[in-house]
Amino acid sequence: MNLEQIINFLSTYDQEDIKIMEVCGTHTASIFKNGIRSLLSPKIKLISGPGCPVCVTPSSYIDKAIEWSQKPDCVLVTFGDMMKVPGTTKSLSEAKAEGANVKLMYSPQEVINDAIETPQKTYIIACVGFETTTPTYALIIEQLENKKINNVKLLTALRRVLPALEYICETDTEIDGFIAPGHVSTVLGSEIYYKVAKKYKRPFAVAGFEAEHVLLAIFDLVKQVINMKHEVHNLYPSVVKPEGNIVAINYIDKYFDIKPAYWRGIGVIPDSGLFLKQPFRCYDAGSDVLPSENEEMLTKCRCGEVILGKITPPECSMFSKICTPQNAKGPCMVSSEGTCGIWYRFSKENG
Amino acid sequence: MCVAIPGLVVETDGIVGKVDFQGNILNVNMAIVDAKIGDYVLVHAGCAIEVVSKSRAEEIAQIFAELESIYNES
Repeated sequence: MNLEQIINFLSTYDQEDIKIMEVCGTHTASIFKNGIRSLLSPKIKLISGPGCPVCVTPSSYIDKAIEWSQKPDCVLVTFGDMMKVPGTTKSLSEAKAEGANVKLMYSPQEVINDAIETPQKTYIIACVGFETTTPTYALIIEQLENKKINNVKLLTALRRVLPALEYICETDTEIDGFIAPGHVSTVLGSEIYYKVAKKYKRPFAVAGFEAEHVLLAIFDLVKQVINMKHEVHNLYPSVVKPEGNIVAINYIDKYFDIKPAYWRGIGVIPDSGLFLKQPFRCYDAGSDVLPSENEEMLTKCRCGEVILGKITPPECSMFSKICTPQNAKGPCMVSSEGTCGIWYRFSKENG
Repeated sequence: MCVAIPGLVVETDGIVGKVDFQGNILNVNMAIVDAKIGDYVLVHAGCAIEVVSKSRAEEIAQIFAELESIYNES
């Protein structure tokens, strides 16, 4: 068996229609970059999932971050992909243009040094991410404790992937199998999907991000669906262990509590948020006071349906017309890993 | 957001290290991995999240071997 045979199988597949969801935005980008859709039979559909933490961050969170960035002697520190995410009235990028104190980071670790060097300023870290990123923030809290640094706070919008997948399985019965997110799985392990696979009878393939990884995962899932299997296969064994990274998982458990959380465009998903635990609440920058329910999106924005894989971006009337990466109306257009942004970029590149 | 890239550990005391990404050497937090000099680690947001246990070629070969029996199913 070789890659040519796999591609041949996938391009000539002619049985029942199969819908596979790639959960992670980095997989979506790889699928476009490598032209994987063009290698598949029309009977195999790839659906992009909720795996972009930037896209599901509530607008009230952005508002809160902007509020901090406008306070005297405060610096709001963030990853670059949060900059253009629309808040209720503006984005962090617009706030910065108006003079707010917003600083980009490559790693939250940099903030520790800044805080020690400039004790008269308070640094607010915009902590957005899934379980891949959460241990990084836990390590920050540990350093704040050990070094007795009291001018750093965390504004968190941390989300757990598995409850979102359960939510999709509960509400959408059309997805036949899942490409599990590779680097979330590095932290949590491939075994975490067993329960969902069994409960909802859906196969999972944990995959890396190269073209071969993605094609082999699609092949594995199609075969499992045909043979009515719902197993979890780890096809990314170089960095994913069955049990995950136990040290990282323990760090998450030590510093964070599991609570319900709001996902932009979707609503509240039970057990899907990670919030600082009580002994460490002194480092929280008000993450809990954010309104968590019924936050309105722009009425015409259909990012919620895009995130859940119910529609593709071109089915939204705003897509590439009034909603573009330069002037994003919805969160999925903003991030380099948002489904709309990826579709926009590659549809322009390919004419 | 969850992008992570592999790099070569050139220095580490178990807590912080220096990792070489194709010639760019960056400071990386090493606290949650058990990595030594010469290992490749997967780095996300300035933090090593796992030691890379096999090369890409070895991994792809292993996946093909595992899928062989699936390929031969009906």
